[in-house]
This record gives sequence, structure tokens and C-alpha cells, in this order.
Amino acid sequence: MYLSQRIGILALLTNLFLMASAGPGAARVFDPETFTLDNGMQVVVITNRNAPVVTHMVWYKVGAADEPPGRSGVAHFLEHLMFLGTGDVPEGEFSNIVARSGGQENAFTAWDYTAYFQSIAVDRLPLVMELEADRMTNLAVSAERALVERNVIIEERRQRVDDDPSARLNEQMFAALFLNNPYGRPIIGWEHEIAGLTLDDALAFYRDWYAPNNATLVVSGDIDAETLRPLAERTYGRIPARAVPDRNRLVEPAHAVERRVVLRDESVVLPSWRRFYLAPSFGEPGANPGDVYALQVLNEILGAGSTSRLYKALVVDQGLAVGAGSSFSPSDLNQTAFAIFITPRADADLVAVEAAVDAEIARLLDGDLPEEELAAARERLAIEAIYARDSLFGPARTVGQALTIGRALEDVESWPERIRAVGVADVLAAARTVFDPTRAVTGMLVPTGEAAGQMAGRPETGAPAAGVEEEIR
Amino acid sequence: MSGRIGRGPFLGAALLLLCLAVLPTRSHAIEVQRVISPGGIEAWLVESHRVPVIAMEFAFRGGSSVDPEGREGLANLASTLLDEGAGDLDAAEFQQRLTDAAIDLSFGARADAFQGSLKTVTTHADEAFGLLQLALTAPRFDADAVERMRAAVLADIQRRVAEPDWLGRRAFYDVAYEGHPYGRPLRGTAATLAAITADDLRGFVADNLVRDRLVVAVTGDITPEALAGILDEVFGALPAGGPPVAVPDTRPGAAGMTVLVERSGAQSFMMLAQPGIGRDDPDFYAAYVLNHILGGGGFTSRLTQQVREERGLTYGIFSYLANFRHSDLMLVMSSLSNDNVGEALAVIRAIWRDVAENGVSEDELADAQTFLTGSFPLQFTSTERIAGYLRRVQLENLPIDHIDRRNDLVNAVTREAVARVAARLLDAEALTVVVVGDPEADLAPDLRVPAASLAARELNDGGS
Repeated sequence: MYLSQRIGILALLTNLFLMASAGPGAARVFDPETFTLDNGMQVVVITNRNAPVVTHMVWYKVGAADEPPGRSGVAHFLEHLMFLGTGDVPEGEFSNIVARSGGQENAFTAWDYTAYFQSIAVDRLPLVMELEADRMTNLAVSAERALVERNVIIEERRQRVDDDPSARLNEQMFAALFLNNPYGRPIIGWEHEIAGLTLDDALAFYRDWYAPNNATLVVSGDIDAETLRPLAERTYGRIPARAVPDRNRLVEPAHAVERRVVLRDESVVLPSWRRFYLAPSFGEPGANPGDVYALQVLNEILGAGSTSRLYKALVVDQGLAVGAGSSFSPSDLNQTAFAIFITPRADADLVAVEAAVDAEIARLLDGDLPEEELAAARERLAIEAIYARDSLFGPARTVGQALTIGRALEDVESWPERIRAVGVADVLAAARTVFDPTRAVTGMLVPTGEAAGQMAGRPETGAPAAGVEEEIR
Repeated sequence: MSGRIGRGPFLGAALLLLCLAVLPTRSHAIEVQRVISPGGIEAWLVESHRVPVIAMEFAFRGGSSVDPEGREGLANLASTLLDEGAGDLDAAEFQQRLTDAAIDLSFGARADAFQGSLKTVTTHADEAFGLLQLALTAPRFDADAVERMRAAVLADIQRRVAEPDWLGRRAFYDVAYEGHPYGRPLRGTAATLAAITADDLRGFVADNLVRDRLVVAVTGDITPEALAGILDEVFGALPAGGPPVAVPDTRPGAAGMTVLVERSGAQSFMMLAQPGIGRDDPDFYAAYVLNHILGGGGFTSRLTQQVREERGLTYGIFSYLANFRHSDLMLVMSSLSNDNVGEALAVIRAIWRDVAENGVSEDELADAQTFLTGSFPLQFTSTERIAGYLRRVQLENLPIDHIDRRNDLVNAVTREAVARVAARLLDAEALTVVVVGDPEADLAPDLRVPAASLAARELNDGGS
């Protein structure tokens, strides 16, 4: 759910995995081409000739959930260091060269992946491929400079998390939800562990994981595979493959208790009510993908927009809240969260808010799901897949994310068909598995001194669905 | 290993030559057509049939700056209500019609314009334009919808008063635009929001959603002929004109003033402000390039280099030019630990003094120009973004071929022009400084206000 990145441009990707496999309304979604280099690096090309530009992304199959114990934040620390020079490109030059070429660049770290990207005129694509291939193996940063960057990251953490009660509550809720799964650790790291990270920690992580056979190249824009292949062979293709560790993830034990997290903060005026349920993801070993598709449709019905069940019940009919919705992002390797966010009215009782949410869930578990309501949701998701094509950055991100958690391109392309095949029984079965109070955390954000039984949350109308486009300025 | 690339400072240039030889740029000119409906309504259109999507971005000049005294927040509240019931459809029915066709329709109030955005797949275009026409010409303002949205806006205000960057902006606009419409809160306060009636909302629509204030931009899967008919259908029934927009031109006050908004927390939010430059000023593009060099996007600006990269004082610092219709600003913003505020301020002021006196180097100018011109096409990667850009061009009174001319304007900027505009604009002593937090350094503030009292002012509903 959270990404950390070098500069805060991309914001939360939260609900994007709505299109996490979003594709086109017709048979094909993005119509990608693919090939694999001799060293094992997969390459995907998504042609889009709207403008003479490309988005070039390299996705490493490693993220914060792969960090060694006691080194939380090292994946993200390394991501920052990747901009600070190699044996051939002096400190600062990477960004200078990209900028002089009219390129916009950044990177982001998540639990399961780390990705680097540039959006740039297509005639400069060979240049950024050279630069990106170079820093895959030639990173060279001084220990002093790494310490300055560590301070930048501590500032980043304070800005994004410590000074934002809503973000602190989410962090604590994830920590409480996952008993064993590494998603319980924040991607950016715990502050005391960030403060102890060293250049050597980051370089060890780099040597372990950054290799062409553990990376995926995705290029979208004004290019095709035939043009890209020789460039990829000449750059990434020259880097030898190398053994990388297995991604052995700890899995959750059985959960047995309802959990409740309350954050009191003096700066809070508007309270919040949230619940995170443990939920299956596309990358989770043993999970049934059918359940995941069904939960995507359920998310649409329960919490997407002002005609969703939660919004209608809590905001329109009962007047308890000003915002209500849900969020589900299943492009993960481990079990993930199905999240419900409510922004109660300031004068509402949080107990009543919780009861209203529980009533909507009970209604669903009782089997109240008309076929027409389901059909309308499926139709909307099919149209969302058409909208998803209308972008340079979005399709590259969707494809990169899917491949990095072990899905196939065909899974991305067949997403609309799979959604269209979701029936009432599928949604009800998935809901009955997920909506178990002992596999959930309920969180509340309240002003200091208030009892946790009387408040409102932030106007998260449910789905922070806004696409994070390539808004680098 | 073999992925090596040249060496030293010539690396970039050598590679560029190589690349240019490899992948010549195709011409992808964006062709903007002027469409004028039989009823005389103008729209700018970029026709593109690659994806079956149509985006329309429009605006009525005016916006929240024309909210009546005591009804601050009127334009904003109206913007939440046009799609909450119109014609024969109540709020739930209207929203359901949008949802069923996956139509994105939204409105928003800005200081100088009331804006709308519509996105639809081609197969639902008739439904989309029909609903838009209803929203603009027959909004209902039913009591339950008004109360629901009033509560939502109030919650929005309650959320914002806890945020350091909102508190900083509020404090700045208070002192810099005292007595001017730009000094008033766009969403209103709890008190003014409570005072707005359904009649006020109807009055807002009658006075402001009028054809002589309208600009329209459309992109996507639609022909000019089809669009011409749609323009009359959607906008034709609106009144021809309304009362004049009477907002005086002004310059920001509070030069050299330091305001401390006292708030506990790990970090301070810091905002520096000074007068900017008019969109029609002959040196506007010189200032635009200057701003990029000082604090524009990416990692290369002087502020990012010196405050973040060299000293690690912050995660982010940037500057930008803000052009309101009646006032121009240049702003710098950053969040940073309380301990770092004093040092960062000194670094920023030193940069301001240096550039005011010495201008910028040839390399800095050339790099800024190649970035700004080379990255320009990245704004045109989706139908919505193209339409949004064209709306802005119209609101800024720029010509229809602006997209073709813009890079030439950037490239025409000389080092002398940048030095001239830097000397004219940058004055380290005249910066207005607003800090929200608990900074360690003694800022010797001219004004000190507890965050709680700033928040309480916004939240006092004027009742009890």
C-alpha cells in the first residue's frame, strides 16, 4: 500500500491495483510485446504513439519485505543511493544528464519491488538505458555521502509518517494486522533502524539482489519491440546473470483475536475509523486467484465512489459520515489487506459508525447481492480498463508490478475476462473468507482526550483512486 | 562488466550524439482545432481516435474570488453540488447514472475560475454530455444534498486545519492579501459555510455559469462536427453573460515579514513568498527559467542541491511561480526538522543574494532550457492532460498555437534576461517567511500565532 520514494511525487498508489491488472475492454488490455535477454532479463514493450516519448522502467524483484531483520528501510535507503554515482558517472551526474535531456525521473520502493524510471523523449531512450544498466552493477558512493542521504530519509520519514497522524495510524495498523508477514514493517523502516543503517548494509543488499536475471525492463510509449531489442541487448544484455537468493517469505499463522488500535493526537480535529482485513493477493502461494478477482469486484460494490454500499449507508441514508469507501490492492507476494475507511461526521458516535459498517458486511454475508448490482460493477471495471490504456506511465507500472510478483503478461491481458466471469457465488464465498473479525484490525484516530467512541475520519471517500500519473512537476 | 559507458564530463554529450543517430524523433505535432458551434460557443479540440475516450475540460472565469462577503466558500460548495441532483434526477439517481456508465464528472472552485472535468468512453458520450447539461442548467440543490455536502466541506476544513502546510498558507494569505478577495479562505470558514443558503447557490449559478466567461477544451475520440452540436446542447441554454468580475489587481503585502505559527511536532513547514511576475510580462519566460534553476522540479535545482543533497536538511524543497489573474507570486516550500530551519533559511537567502547579484551561468541556462523544452511533450500523454493544458492556455489568454510556440519562447531566453529578471525579483531581505512548527532557531518573528487559534478561527461556526 505504501511506497516510499526519492521525492514525493507519486503519492500513494493505493487503489491503482484496481487496475493492478487492468486492461482493455476488448480482449486485450495493453497488447504488450515481450522477449527475454540471454542473461534472463525479461523485457516488455507497450507501444503508445500519442507523443514522441517513452517511460522506461527497471523493476527489481526485491523490496522492503526482503530485508534482513534489524535492517528495516535498507531497500529504500539503497534506492536513494542509486542516484549518487557509479565508477563512471560522478555524483549528481545521473540526474543532471537525465534533466539535460528533458527527462523526468524517480524511483519507488514497495514491500515486493523496487523500481526506477525515466520519462523522456524517445530519441534519448538509449542514453537512459546505458545509465540504468550502468548503475545495476557499478554503484560507487562514499560513506560520507551515504550519511547525508540517511538524514534525508529521516526527514522523509518525519514528513510522511511522524507528522501525519493518519499515516502513523496506518503504520500501526499494519504492524498489528500482520503477526509474522514482513508487511508489518514499514517500507521506509523504523526510525531507530534507519538511524543505524550503513553504506555497507545497502551495498550488501545491492550485491545480493540487483542482477539482470532478477529484474524486468518495461518500456511504454513511442517504440516497439523490434526497435528496442538491439538497444536492450547492447546495454542490459551485456551484464552477466548471477545467482540471487530465494524470496522466502514468512507466512501468517492462524489469527485468533480481534484487534483494536487507537491513536490519540492533539493535532487531530477530524477523527477517522478504519478496518483492515487480512486478504489474499495475486502473488501469495496457495491463494486462489478466483478469490482475488472476486474481491476486486466486491471492492467496487462495497466501497468505490458515491454509489457504493458503504457510502450510501453511512453518508447518504444514515448521515453518520462524510466519506466512506474501501480499498484493495492485491498485487503483492504475501497476504495483503482489504481496507475500509470511514470519515465520520464530527458529531457522530464512532460506535454507531462501526455498527453501520458491520451491518453492511452482515447484509452481504447473508447473501444479499443482486445479480444486477454485480453486473453493473463488472461493466464499470471493464470501462476502467479502457481508461487505463490512456496513459504512458500507468500501463508500464501495472505490467511491471504484475510481473514482479510472479504473474504472467497473459494474466494482465485477461483481466477483463476474469472480472467478467466473477459470479454472485464467487463474491459471497470470498467475502465469507475475508470478513472474519478475528482476522482484522480496527483503527481509530481521535483527538487527545476523546474517548474512542465518538469521532470521524478523514474524507477518504473510500478509494483514493486518483491515478498517479507522471506528474513530475 | 560490459555495461560501461564513457567517462567523465563528456559522457552525456557523447551519448546524446549517439542516441540522436539511433532514434530520430518522429513528428507528433499536436493539432489544435478551433471549433465554433452554430450557437457561437467556442472550444479547442485535439482530435484523437487512438483510445475510445473523450475528455472535456472547461471553466467559467470568476471562481471563489467573487464569493460575496460573508458567503466565503460559496463557489466551492456549489462545485460539490452540481452533480448531486439535477432536472428530474435526485442526487442518488444522478450519481447512479454516472456510475453505471463509468463517467467521471467533477467540478472544482479555484481562486479565479470555476472548473469542470468530464471523461467518458465514446459509447456513453451521449449520456455523459446529457448529464453535464443537466448539472449546469438545472441543478436542484435539494436540502438533503446541500446538508450532506456542507458537512463534507466542513470535514474538509477540519482535516486541513490540522495540516502544517495548510496552516502556513492560511497565515501567509492572511497577511499578504489582507482586505483582498485572495486573502479569504476558498472553502470558507465554519461560520460562512453555515450561512450559505440554497438561494445563494442558485444565485451563484445564475451569475457565474454564463457563456461569456466560458472556456472549453476537448480531446479524444470525437469529430469537430459532432463537438459543434454538443457544445450548443450542453452550454447553449446558459445565460449570455452575468455581472462583471470586480476583483482588483494587487501585489502581495507583508514584504520582509516573518510569521511563526506555533505548533509542536517533529518538523516545521516553511514557506517563503515574494512578488512574482505577470504572465504577459516580457520577461515572464526569463523568470520561468530562473525559477527552474532556483527550485524547479527534479534534483538539479540550486535549492535541492544545497539544502537537500549537500546538507541533508530536508526531503524536499521547491519553488514555483503562482500566477493568479490579479496577482503574481513566487513561492518556496519545504518541510524539515525543527533543528534545520535556521540553517536552511540562511542557505536560501544566500542563494537569493547570489543570483540577484550574479545571475546564473551559461551552463545552468542551457541545462534549464533543454530540460524545459525536452520535457514539454511529457504533458501530453493522456487525453485528460491535453485537454487540461488547453484549458489553462485559454484561461491565461494565450494563443491557440501556444503549444507550437512555447519551446521557442523558452529557448529565446538569454543569460542577460535571466540576470535582469533576477535582479528585479529576488530580494533576500524582502521575502515573507512563514514557519509552522517549533523551530530551534530564533526567527525573531513579527507575528506569532498559535496553530490552535488559527484553527479555532476557521472552525468557529459563529453560533453558540
